Amino acid sequence: MSEKDMLHIGLDVGSTTIKCVVLDAREQIVYSSYERHFARITQKTLELLETLEREVVHGEPVTLTISGSAGMGMAQGANIPFLQEVYATKLAADRWLPGTDVIIELGGEDAKILFLQGMMEVRMNGSCAGGTGAFIDQMATLLDVTPARMDELAEKATRTYTIASRCGVFAKTDIQPLLNQGAAHEDIARSIFVAVVNQTIAGLAQGRPIEGNVVYLGGPLTFLPQLRACFDKALGINGLSPQNALYYVALGAASHRETPVRLGEAMERLKAFHAGESYNALPPLFASEAEYEAFAARHAKDAVPILDPSAYEGDVFLGIDAGSTTLKCAVTDGDGRLLLTSYRSNSGDPVPLIREFLLKLLEEYPRLHVRRAAVTGYGEELIQHAFGIDDGLVETVAHFTAAKAFMPDVDFVIDIGGQDIKCFKVHGGVIDNIFLNEACSSGCGSFLQTFASALGYSIADFARLGLKSKRPVDLGSRCTVFRNSSVKQAQKDGAEVEDISAGLSISVVKNALYKVIRATSAEQLGRRIVVQGGTFLNDAVLRAFEQELGVDVVRPDIAGLMGAYGAALHARTMYALKGGKTSLCTLQELHAFAHESRNVQCGLCENHCRLTVHTFPGGRRYIAGNRCDRPTTGKAQDLSELNLYAYKRERLTSLCPTADAKPDGRPRIGMPMGLNVYEMLPFWHAFFDRLGFELVTSPLSSRKLYVSGQATIPSDTVCFPAKLMHGHVQALLDAGVDTIFYPCMSYNFDEKLGDNHYNCPVVAYYPEVLGANMPRLAGVTFIKDYVGVHRRHDFPRKMTEILQKYFPHVKLRDVRAASDAAYAAYDAYMRDIRERGERIVRRARAEGRPIVVLAGRPYHVDPEINHGIDRLIAGFGVAVVTEDALSHYMKKAPTGVLNQWTYHARLYAAARYIAGQPDMNLVQLVSFGCGVDAITTDEVREILEGEGKIYTQIKIDEITNLGAVKIRLRSLFAAIEQQELAKGRKDA
Amino acid sequence: MSHTSGHTVYTKKMHEEGYTILIPNMAEIHFELVRNVFELYGHKTVLLKNSGPNVVQEGLKYVHNDTCYPALLVIGQMMDALHSGKYDLHRTALIITQTGGGCRASNYIHLLRKALKKAGMEYIPVISLNLSGLEHASGFKLSIPLLRRAIAALVYGDCLMHLANQTRPYELHAGETDALVKKWIQELTAQFARGRGMRTGPMRRNLERIADEFDAIERSHEKKTRVGIVGEIYVKYASLGNNDLEAFLREQDCEYMVPGIMGFALFKTDNRLEDIRLYGGNPLKYAVCTLLKGFLTRMETILIEAIRKHPSFVAPSSFEHTKSLVKNVIGYGSKMGEGWLLTAEMIELTENGYANIVCTQPFGCLPNHICGKGMIRRIRELYPQANIVPIDYDPSATRVNQENRIRLMLCVARGEEAPAAHAEPAMAAGEAQ
Repeated sequence: MSEKDMLHIGLDVGSTTIKCVVLDAREQIVYSSYERHFARITQKTLELLETLEREVVHGEPVTLTISGSAGMGMAQGANIPFLQEVYATKLAADRWLPGTDVIIELGGEDAKILFLQGMMEVRMNGSCAGGTGAFIDQMATLLDVTPARMDELAEKATRTYTIASRCGVFAKTDIQPLLNQGAAHEDIARSIFVAVVNQTIAGLAQGRPIEGNVVYLGGPLTFLPQLRACFDKALGINGLSPQNALYYVALGAASHRETPVRLGEAMERLKAFHAGESYNALPPLFASEAEYEAFAARHAKDAVPILDPSAYEGDVFLGIDAGSTTLKCAVTDGDGRLLLTSYRSNSGDPVPLIREFLLKLLEEYPRLHVRRAAVTGYGEELIQHAFGIDDGLVETVAHFTAAKAFMPDVDFVIDIGGQDIKCFKVHGGVIDNIFLNEACSSGCGSFLQTFASALGYSIADFARLGLKSKRPVDLGSRCTVFRNSSVKQAQKDGAEVEDISAGLSISVVKNALYKVIRATSAEQLGRRIVVQGGTFLNDAVLRAFEQELGVDVVRPDIAGLMGAYGAALHARTMYALKGGKTSLCTLQELHAFAHESRNVQCGLCENHCRLTVHTFPGGRRYIAGNRCDRPTTGKAQDLSELNLYAYKRERLTSLCPTADAKPDGRPRIGMPMGLNVYEMLPFWHAFFDRLGFELVTSPLSSRKLYVSGQATIPSDTVCFPAKLMHGHVQALLDAGVDTIFYPCMSYNFDEKLGDNHYNCPVVAYYPEVLGANMPRLAGVTFIKDYVGVHRRHDFPRKMTEILQKYFPHVKLRDVRAASDAAYAAYDAYMRDIRERGERIVRRARAEGRPIVVLAGRPYHVDPEINHGIDRLIAGFGVAVVTEDALSHYMKKAPTGVLNQWTYHARLYAAARYIAGQPDMNLVQLVSFGCGVDAITTDEVREILEGEGKIYTQIKIDEITNLGAVKIRLRSLFAAIEQQELAKGRKDA
Repeated sequence: MSHTSGHTVYTKKMHEEGYTILIPNMAEIHFELVRNVFELYGHKTVLLKNSGPNVVQEGLKYVHNDTCYPALLVIGQMMDALHSGKYDLHRTALIITQTGGGCRASNYIHLLRKALKKAGMEYIPVISLNLSGLEHASGFKLSIPLLRRAIAALVYGDCLMHLANQTRPYELHAGETDALVKKWIQELTAQFARGRGMRTGPMRRNLERIADEFDAIERSHEKKTRVGIVGEIYVKYASLGNNDLEAFLREQDCEYMVPGIMGFALFKTDNRLEDIRLYGGNPLKYAVCTLLKGFLTRMETILIEAIRKHPSFVAPSSFEHTKSLVKNVIGYGSKMGEGWLLTAEMIELTENGYANIVCTQPFGCLPNHICGKGMIRRIRELYPQANIVPIDYDPSATRVNQENRIRLMLCVARGEEAPAAHAEPAMAAGEAQ
């Protein structure tokens, strides 16, 4: 074969599949293949090359180029030419799709956008933005369908829910409650696709418009027409899905031609590489078979007695744990012995499954007399209403109750479930310190599951393999998305499935210990540890946990059922306390059972919550999706009287008109309503008013406002409050405001509470980001100069210099007067907030209400940022005040960290203040991605715990699900209640 | 203004007892020189070179996992060293820099102390290396002569790093460049010991000799892809922080330029002047900072002039020039972290022919949301040839992902011309699908 007849091979080794094309001299595809590699990358590549050699190449020299993220190490190791995959796509597109403007390519774990015209740019998802193909697979698993079926479902969707688009884990926390609330799978399917679209656009386009000839490449966009449709709709285009859309990377590789080789030689080199691959390994879980047996024998002892339900007659108690991914039921006798259990995936809708279980219980075992029932878990309220369950209890309490049955003096309980990690310390018989996983590290158990099936194993087999690993892969302890790429790297370096399995188990444990609990030693947690949750049934996880802590723990044989078991025990206790007749559905009711759900939009306030109204037999009704109790009670709360957040919002929004209001005739200046403007507005309003300007603001944040600015966000990992600013500026521009004032402020006011009085870098300089990334700002006057309000004396002069650049007529004399007014207005505002805070505290005390200090930053008042958490807390009958209403009571005091930010100094002061207030508890709101709070949270926790207070932290992001927040708050209230009970007992 | 409660202070007595001070590593050449300066003043020091997964593990264990990666690594490296058994813990001290800016970095020392407390080693003193008067320790005094030597060390460090980076990729006899760097570290340390090499005259002569000797190294004339490295100061310099980015770029057949530390020192001094210009302030402080800036600028000028004598090397731009590049890009008030300097360095590199830039940052680095990622779009508007890839570093970001993105940047840099357009490839018969 002469050179001009030579074949050209391109391989695309992705995170889950290998794609191969062979081109002949006329650039025709003579061979192509697409298959999953199941992590056996080198091996699969060898097989593929053998096939090629045998069927196509026949020993002739060829050019061979590897591309793809998972192929890099292999290509390097075997000295085979490698081409970066995005660049390969570009090469192929230039060649076969001339005239293309933009390529959107989604792969197993990557999302890419290529802008080919004008300034050529290639964008790939960052390390945080999650995988898209893998994400869709994971979501499909959650819905219990194939991705193809999900696509069919999406076609029939009638509405779209908001699902956080930033990362798979977030999305999952949004989807789960939708499933639990009974939202239609069709709608969820489409919502997932829309989330993928938003993620791609927000994360990658970064302000550059996607228009012209758009081409869709890669697996998901090839196989899922509805996903393409969602992109088309969002972008207002009609994109092309070309023939061979799966093979563009491979095509690019095939057209990148270096020195010809013989496949035989390349294969030899690959084999040599395969033999020498290495990765970071951890010590094995078991050094010997004997060690494993001793371990197994020790844990076999922690078993609950089991009775034969058909042989038993008498009182029984039912516990249900409607978890996020699984449904657990337990029926016990009066001594806590187990009669019946059930553990299954909830398939997205627990209601029919529970009906089935109840039917079985009541029909098959008529001699078991259910005296009382209790339910816990994500689906608690729905299930309680659906079946007339007597009691509902928060998960933490259920787990504690169950753990005590195995170890009465337990001092630490950790539960790793499908999606969440819950753990708490026990002090003096009271739940003392709750840790729930933050949204970014959840999904551990279900991640193991997803990974097992991706590699073609059942979870049980997968776990068993891990026990045998000699060299577990070291995978780190961050988020699941990162682990995907760590696994990829390890696979590249020759890790076997058992090493990956063991490595994943160890990584789950490390995640729980170092990320959620942040423990450094077993002593810190206590020595009496009960572990539970389905994930601990995995011996590899259990072993890794014991190894990591160096302590033997108790794992009940019903580790996966502990929530349900605890609920049953709770029902038993309640029966002993209250007696009476159960309200559980009767057999007749169950037979006639019908569950209807319908979606409506609540119109009772500006939140416009999307409600799901469930109706059940017997007139039982349950409304989900609401953020306050107005739709259920029909009553409006008198918000500002007991909720300082609401009061602040009212104060600030009534201060000046929004940009869409009718101008009052004076020259107009607009300010974006976000970040520090939430506190500076009274200042600037008085300032500009006195100078003869009309100050207007953008409206309160909303989802729509956020989306309108999202295309110009340059950093996808900055905090959500900062990202919102793009929408606010957009709103001002859309309203025709031609002068926007949003100054940079390195420094804030010095409140004498800290060593310095900085703003955080994002608050200080975000105007710079807006100026550099929102092209439309070039068309208006955008004043983002650096101002120093901390220097009262110099301020008028410096401010005059700034203003004269834009308004030459402004006089120093007038600015002085305006400054006086501004400082006075700011002081008056802060005083007013403090007075209102005092009033709320007084009233709460008079009415005997607990008080929560919802501590954060001024901009956490934004309802789109706090997602109505203030109202949620108020809905528990609790008064809500802010940190800045209390911090003035305190003087500067030593802290364990450098106390140099004004907003954060208030946090420390407020934490110290409430230490002396028995009826106050602090809940800290933390924006995801806030780097400063990595420091403040630990410090606030230390201050509070030093005084015997419970610390509660809530991480917030784009996320709209309040389920997890509720658990945390209810756990806090339950813990406070218990603490008070305990104190009462001690005092008595 | 000591504000923390009850931490162990490094006392004179400890110094006299011969405590060993552990120094975390950042910029190899500079730190080696500075360490030698400390030794001259009777401090027993060790420049930590321990790396590997255990450093990260120790960091994860003792530092809040969401804290910036450099804190995690620096503290992890120290904890790993303390746990290694190599040091007598009761005769060991730690040293760490503290800048006092509005960034989280000013808190490293506190996080380190927290970590020591967690590990039950709060008796180990931590020395704050700062020029802001944040903390004092009687056992470790920053005397004027020591400071002068330390500043000289930074100037020499910049020079050696700058020339080595331009020589190493092209040297015909492998290892020659690094040998020369080593020779000069010894030579300069010897000079410092004799009190030499710090005044303007001797410094000029030294720098000129250094440049001559680097230029004398036999080099090839092949063309390599020129890459600039900017970013958060620790991950920019420390191979521990950036997964040995420099080694990777060498493997990829690149020549890289990393802006020096003097620019950062000038930047931090200039910030104080800008603060007073922007918001008003004490004229005396302004005068003192102007003096300091003048002193640093003189040093910088000598360095630049020495290199300029050799047209085969690209000389660094002056701070003033670099600063002028961002005049209409970002305000001089943005001073936290690397502040506007980061943006300016990207432009400066682009201007100097290093338009392919890796912008390194710890995952979630606050100032770099603004001055790094936040400014890339604007830079590209002004300098379309700028080819910038931001790379995040954190404990779990894997090398494969990072390298993949850098490779992509290099592909664009090398701009392999695509062949002429074809129609869509037709499927020939016999394809397997």
